[in-house]
Amino acid sequence: MDGMILSLILVVPLAGMVAILLLPDRGKLPAWIALLDSLLTFVCTLHLPAHFHNQQAGFQFEENLPWLSRPAIHFHVGVDGLSLWLVVLVGLLAPVGVVASWRAVQKNSKVFYAMYLLQQTAMVGVFVSLDLMLYYGFWELSLIPIAVLTAMFGRNLGDGAAGKAALRFFLYTFLASAPLLVALLWLYAHTGSFDYATLQAAVASGTLPGWQLGWVSVAFLIAFAVKVPVLGLHGWLPDLFSEAPVAIAMIAAGKLGLYSLIRFHVELFPALAHRAAPWMIALAAIGILYGAMLALVQKEFWKLLAYATIGSLSFCTLGIYGFTAAGMSGAVLQTVNEGVIGAALFLMFGVLYESARTSRMADFGGLARQTPRLATLFTIAGLALIGLPLLNGFVGEFLVLSGTFVGVSRSWAAIAALGVILSAAYMLGAIQKIFLADGGDQQNGQAGRVARDLTGMETVTVAVLAVLMLAIGVQPTVWTEAMESALQTVTHSMHAQGATPVRMESGTVIASSMGGRQ
Amino acid sequence: MNEPMLFLPLIALFPFAGFLLNGLFGSRLPKAIVSTIALLFPLLSFAVVARAAWMVHGGMLLPVAESGAPTWIAVGGFHVGFQFVLDQLSLVMLLVVTGVGFLIHLYSVGYMEHEQGYWRYFAYLNLFLFFMTVLVLAGNYLLMFVGWEGVGLASYLLIGFYIDRKSAGDAGKKAFVVNRVGDFGFLIGMFLLIANFGTLNFHRIGTQLAGHPAISGATATLICLCLILGATGKSAQIPLYIWLPDAMEGPTPVSALIHAATMVTAGVYMIARTHALFDLSPTAMMVVAVVGTATAFFAATVAMVQTDIKRVLAYSTISQLGYMFLGCGVGAYSAAVFHLMTHAFFKALLFLAAGSVIHGLSGEQDMRRMGGLRKAMPVTFWTMTAAVLAISGFFPFAGFFSKDAILAAAFQHGTLGKALWTVGLITALLTSFYMFRLWYLTFLGESRGAAHQDGHGDGHAAHAHESPWIMLLPLVVLALLSVTGGWIGIERFAGFLEPVTGQAAMVDAGHTELFLSVLAVLVAALGWFLAHLFFGRDGEAAAQAAQSLAPIRRLLQGKYWIDEIYTALIVRPVQWLARFVLGWLGEWTLVRGSAWLMSGVVGLSGELLRRWQSGNLRSYAAWLAAGAAALLLFALAGTLLGLNGFADSIHWAVR
Repeated sequence: MDGMILSLILVVPLAGMVAILLLPDRGKLPAWIALLDSLLTFVCTLHLPAHFHNQQAGFQFEENLPWLSRPAIHFHVGVDGLSLWLVVLVGLLAPVGVVASWRAVQKNSKVFYAMYLLQQTAMVGVFVSLDLMLYYGFWELSLIPIAVLTAMFGRNLGDGAAGKAALRFFLYTFLASAPLLVALLWLYAHTGSFDYATLQAAVASGTLPGWQLGWVSVAFLIAFAVKVPVLGLHGWLPDLFSEAPVAIAMIAAGKLGLYSLIRFHVELFPALAHRAAPWMIALAAIGILYGAMLALVQKEFWKLLAYATIGSLSFCTLGIYGFTAAGMSGAVLQTVNEGVIGAALFLMFGVLYESARTSRMADFGGLARQTPRLATLFTIAGLALIGLPLLNGFVGEFLVLSGTFVGVSRSWAAIAALGVILSAAYMLGAIQKIFLADGGDQQNGQAGRVARDLTGMETVTVAVLAVLMLAIGVQPTVWTEAMESALQTVTHSMHAQGATPVRMESGTVIASSMGGRQ
Repeated sequence: MNEPMLFLPLIALFPFAGFLLNGLFGSRLPKAIVSTIALLFPLLSFAVVARAAWMVHGGMLLPVAESGAPTWIAVGGFHVGFQFVLDQLSLVMLLVVTGVGFLIHLYSVGYMEHEQGYWRYFAYLNLFLFFMTVLVLAGNYLLMFVGWEGVGLASYLLIGFYIDRKSAGDAGKKAFVVNRVGDFGFLIGMFLLIANFGTLNFHRIGTQLAGHPAISGATATLICLCLILGATGKSAQIPLYIWLPDAMEGPTPVSALIHAATMVTAGVYMIARTHALFDLSPTAMMVVAVVGTATAFFAATVAMVQTDIKRVLAYSTISQLGYMFLGCGVGAYSAAVFHLMTHAFFKALLFLAAGSVIHGLSGEQDMRRMGGLRKAMPVTFWTMTAAVLAISGFFPFAGFFSKDAILAAAFQHGTLGKALWTVGLITALLTSFYMFRLWYLTFLGESRGAAHQDGHGDGHAAHAHESPWIMLLPLVVLALLSVTGGWIGIERFAGFLEPVTGQAAMVDAGHTELFLSVLAVLVAALGWFLAHLFFGRDGEAAAQAAQSLAPIRRLLQGKYWIDEIYTALIVRPVQWLARFVLGWLGEWTLVRGSAWLMSGVVGLSGELLRRWQSGNLRSYAAWLAAGAAALLLFALAGTLLGLNGFADSIHWAVR
């Protein structure tokens, strides 16, 4: 079973897709197939943590089949502590996305769910691929359903806003991944292999031409940084969040890019990543404040969520590029957290939007009495997002910030920590505007009257996510233990190549990156 | 010898169980069951604490640390557990928190009887007790921070309990955000501790400090200043006190429990708990003392002109917390904790009695419409009188002993101490004045309800009724404690706390101390006398004085316009920066600019865009798929058609 579980996880959504395409588009049939299929996928992904050996270094559940001999492309997949929970996260969020689309997607649901399941396979593929060409195929594949479904099922199809958002997403991510392909081919030309371990060894050996390798690593970095997105490359995100169907928006940002940053930038090019680190740290710390401040002044909740997400993803970037053990664990944990919290918030905002047809927070108000389940669960998810202790967001933020503060830079960590104040302000502001009394203004609250509470299925879904937020918050070791061995390997190999924790103070970003490798 | 079982986690877990039960099922349960759950679990928690106290009384040695505490966070070498520790300090705090906490739960059953969301109220109140006991029992900074932020959450939920009132929502949000400013300081303080000690465990930090007394003063000062920022947030001191007056939007028992007796004392508790660090930094100690004294005086002046009965008490709380800070700042930790305890008794009583008045007047909070309630509400009147005498510092009421201990310690603390003592003494005068002002305006004279209610006939006093026994019982118990709470005396109290807070720096007391005590009582009497002059008979004297001092009065009524200043200097600029600099400049250039740039790069995209806007979804999807396929094909073709040559060309190109 262990030998083919990953293939199974990749195939189950595809099988669901085929089933949906073959069966007629009648009523809720495609939705039910998608739900059952994604639940099955989730169960399959649970096999991984159940049989994962925490102490064992390296990849587990490996499968390696030659696919093409020339060029040497292998179907090589495997999971380590880094990708383990991300695969499970994909599995968990798959049914959540179906539930979130249950009422919102009525027409063409066959196309929607077929593409949606394809997206699941692509995402799992990104996390498990150990052959870089295979990885690249899945990576590109994961971009397409997002763009297409946004264009087809977006919120404002009439005035073309959804199309523009889809185009923008497509241009950003596609343009950024074209150099990635060139860089991959360059690597293959010099090593004759797409295999992850082989390439890693080749890069570490120092035999590849130096300054060209530098450009290769930059191509990798930019492709991933756009997908995260890192501050400055986030231009696609606010519009996509406003326009895309919730099931798509909730998976568009975050985990794929962050995982790739760790696996294929930091782990593959430790020394080069180390040189980029001061810039990334500065961008991340500023991104935390930037996102939180913009979230503070947004009038529409999709935009609020977009900027909140930018801030929260910047925590992950900060942790990754500090090169400290605590920061790295915090970053991976925070990636999972962001997925869980974001999914819950997206689902609930989706319910508000779908029933009230507006995302202006001022149109709501006083919903707490009318929609008590929504109000309660939203508050819990909101508090998790802003890092209330005992909920999951806190552990990730704390590990990242403490790791950065102790190992990297006190001033940048302090700047990033200012985010805790701003995040409280925007989240509580949103809760007040939507759920609490708004001062009796007659203009306001009209949308509030038609807003509905969560249905039974939605309540169960979000409640499961909320319990998970509490579980990760109280017992993060269950999750971090599995990461530990993988991250130790990472940090060891990094340190072996001179990439020790990045020491910097805020004034010295430029100086230290110019100063070359230490 | 067998280690005695204290079941420390149960102290926190009982209220949490109450929270879960009422929070999940309360809306469907009858009120009687909700009340039973809400009362039972705090009572059980108190019972565990009382049992521990009994065992300590019987000679059990403290501190007791739970062994085998579950791990919370473990990454690399860094390890934090859910470790609870009981020592003398936490025992005192726990008795106050669970004891007074239970009484206030009891009172709430009567006070909140007719409110919508009765179950929600008690769920939140139990949640508060959970976090507060975690805060007190925590054996390390991070666990303390859990309680620290958690009580802030409970406070937020309870301040905003009346969800139909916008002002309540505003006040709750303000409280949480201002507290987060303090929490920012706490977080940075913890990071500094990790950087310097590699642990957040109180005990281990203490051992390291004892082992290496050479830890530089600058480091200690920096850590302490960060922690002080945290403490000023939670304990409502300058510069972060601004949330507490607004927090009076919450139900009155909440003000009594959270915003008077327990949560707001967390800052004082934290400083006392980690005093080993503060002892290393005279600068930090001075900051604590000066901040405390300044806050005590400042808040007392504002309290003199407030007309809302709860706001008077809110400023009074800020002022009394200032005294506790002063005590900490001059190294008299046990005196500060002593005042913390007596203050919990009499301030909770003041709030509950005020709540009884408000309840009796169907929600009236303006003292200008009260008066003459002495006859209608005798139990409330007499218990409130005990509390007023206690806070004013009359012998032999509880407040006398604890305030006296703090002022005496300040007096013996060098030149700065003398100055602080002087301000403290003036504050005592103001305290006595504003408390008796409240007392006269509320209970004595004639009812003024009619004067302000033209056309509605009679005033409140006619309807005013005494509260039910379930509300009066806590008043009586707290009144007894307000009278007797200080009789244990500072010497014995300090002696009990000595293993935790260290030897109190008491120089030869003798005559000086007696003189100081007499002076303090005289000052309190003077305050009463002045209040009697102004408000005792008809208020004419008060009106005259108010006219002659109009500018000062305006300044005080405007609360020194601190809220307005903060809004103008901090809130507005942040919003402005976000909206215009980041929002317009940043986002506009980044989003529009880069999109435009890319359209240029991909010459095709203009064409593409036009096609997409034709609305034909199929062509749209086809385009995207085609694009992806093209790239993949390009890749495969490159590899299949002799990659070496292709790579060579790249090689050549980059060279």
